[in-house]
Amino acid sequence: MALTERLQETTQVGYWTGAIPLEYVYTCGRAGEAYYRNLMNKGTFLGARCEKCQITYVPPRIYCERCFDRLEKQYVDVGDTGSVHTFTVLYKHLDGTPRDKPAIMALVRLDGTDGGVVHYLDGVKPEEVRIGLRVKAVLKAKKNRSGEITDIRYFKPVA
Amino acid sequence: MGLRKVAIVGAGLTKFHRYAQETPKELAYEATKMALDSCEMTLDDIDSVCLGTAPDAFDGVHMKGEYLSDGAGGFRKPYMRHFVGGGTGVMSPIHGWFHVASGMFDTCLVVAEEKMSSAFPHPAGAFLTIFDHTTEQPLYPTLIWIFAIEMHRFMHKYGYTKKDIAQVAVKNKANALFHPSAQLGAKITVEDVLNSEVMAYPVNRMDISPTSDGAAAIVLASEEVARRVTEKPIWIDGIGYCLDSAYWCNRDLYYPDYVEIAARQAYDMAGIKEPSKEIHIAEPYDPFTYKELHHIEGLMLCKRGESVKMLLDGVTQRDGNLPCCPSGGALGVGNPIAATGLMKIIEIFLQLREEAGERQVPGQPTCGLAQAWGDLMQVGTVVVMRS
Amino acid sequence: MLDADLIAKTATKLSLKEIQEGKVLSVKDKPNLKYAWDNGVAIGRYLAELKEGRIIGKKCHSCKRVLVPPRLFCELCWRPTDEWTYVQDTGTILTFVISHVNWDASRVKRGQRYHTPAVIELDGAGKDQGILHLIDEIDPKDIKIGQKVQAVWKKPEERTGSITDIKYFRVIKK
Repeated sequence: MALTERLQETTQVGYWTGAIPLEYVYTCGRAGEAYYRNLMNKGTFLGARCEKCQITYVPPRIYCERCFDRLEKQYVDVGDTGSVHTFTVLYKHLDGTPRDKPAIMALVRLDGTDGGVVHYLDGVKPEEVRIGLRVKAVLKAKKNRSGEITDIRYFKPVA
Repeated sequence: MGLRKVAIVGAGLTKFHRYAQETPKELAYEATKMALDSCEMTLDDIDSVCLGTAPDAFDGVHMKGEYLSDGAGGFRKPYMRHFVGGGTGVMSPIHGWFHVASGMFDTCLVVAEEKMSSAFPHPAGAFLTIFDHTTEQPLYPTLIWIFAIEMHRFMHKYGYTKKDIAQVAVKNKANALFHPSAQLGAKITVEDVLNSEVMAYPVNRMDISPTSDGAAAIVLASEEVARRVTEKPIWIDGIGYCLDSAYWCNRDLYYPDYVEIAARQAYDMAGIKEPSKEIHIAEPYDPFTYKELHHIEGLMLCKRGESVKMLLDGVTQRDGNLPCCPSGGALGVGNPIAATGLMKIIEIFLQLREEAGERQVPGQPTCGLAQAWGDLMQVGTVVVMRS
Repeated sequence: MLDADLIAKTATKLSLKEIQEGKVLSVKDKPNLKYAWDNGVAIGRYLAELKEGRIIGKKCHSCKRVLVPPRLFCELCWRPTDEWTYVQDTGTILTFVISHVNWDASRVKRGQRYHTPAVIELDGAGKDQGILHLIDEIDPKDIKIGQKVQAVWKKPEERTGSITDIKYFRVIKK
């Protein structure tokens, strides 16, 4: 049965505004704690190795999603170098305003792992980026790191 | 009914904390792994996964069900999320039950998780938006108001006193002393409750269950699989669920009709005619002290207006005729919203298998129920189990 | 059986202080979630009438009640609702609360009046047909279930078409 009334005039159309007023503090968790502390202190990435499934996860996890084995004793240092698995070029900011110069965002597959890091590329022009390009992480100076993904400034091509 | 028998064959629970370091995925993993290990099953043995988790706004992750899927053993499996606020934890086994009873799957992993500590200034603030945005939010209500409002009406209807109702906290927190996951097990007195900080009269601080992070998981199996995997399958014999409207001001709040309707569904299915005699042990949802009593009446475990007498006569104590919340309930163990209901299901599971350790109720119970409630005073979910 | 040792290892207890002092790593975020909800026909009229100092509802003949706030269909009998009808701005307290906490769990400051929200059955709406609103002009200790109340409105020029055009309800002395 259809609703029996409709608004007849546009001046009657009204709306109520509001917001969801919450903030969040996300703990990094047990695996995240290890990953980000290692990044902060040693400047390299950690992965988690599942021997049964022959997979190395980056970022590391406390469990293998496929066989459900515990991986907390199987974190490995996987260095800081890898290849561009895929990338895109950004011309606008999140709010839609144009960027002064285009930014390149890539999924970098770290060597020897099945995982990767999504981050900016720099030191290279957009038209020079290719899938497979070899890149290395460039980090903030150690004293400026805080144990977050932004401790990485960008990835840049290596010879 | 033409549907298959379904049993619970394994269970796992994390410790409940106010602030846990673990991510929601890690919490889900710990409970799920424990549940699988408890019945010596692997992920390969699991055909389907049902996950229950309450508002995305607590963990602060949009599409929380999808986010949690790998930690809940759902990697590339048939996976569904269900969500009915606090009723979720008892909706979990109901959701899983359909998966196995229908014949579609032989096993179903049922997981419930909540990480409330991520929300600031306080997870209670997330409830501002449960109220109608135009007609109620401008008054800045909190969920404590709505509970206090309902408690006051309940007390007014029957002349219950705060002193009587406080006994629920005394009982449950004492029961929780023997629960390994418990956040707030303690020996307290009625005076402790009455002297605790007034949050919103008639609710005092110790009338309220704590905010918690935690996860729980159970494994459901068809009869054939259950009998192979365990000597003590616990059968889900009755399920019921019912949702009332969000217009919570348009009814008399002293009685939860939606709990009675859900209970009747579950009792009919389980062939129960006199619940107060045939249910040996119960885990009604107790986010607030009076709620345990409110729900006991809705579950028809006593006549309306007699739940306080039942409490004061010791009937609901662990060694009484109808122990209620032998686990320690939400008040004692903790209230990670979705996981709490499943914690109660797990308690009945253990009690019916005589595996509840120091919490074990005497008398070899063979039939128990767990019930949860949620949303804006809306949902009742009930599960009846038998050994 | 639940293994207490195993359970103890499942989750790591933290304190708020440890998180705030960075003893464990964490990330802060404030989502930018803003909304504009269409009022629709029913609430649109409700708010417009509130601006005029009146409370309007919609009748359901089969359930013999007046729905406040008004709705285009009755959720109990699932029929479209019947005629618009005004209800009085007086009513009876069905239940109430004395709240020492604000919406975000912070405590009401010393010297400030506690919040006293109530469910008020409006005269003319029917049994148990209530709305949520606030009570004021009375010591919280003196409020009782069953008292008769009257809406106290903002001045006409201050009203905006909101439930807060009613500032609060006050108890009418018999």
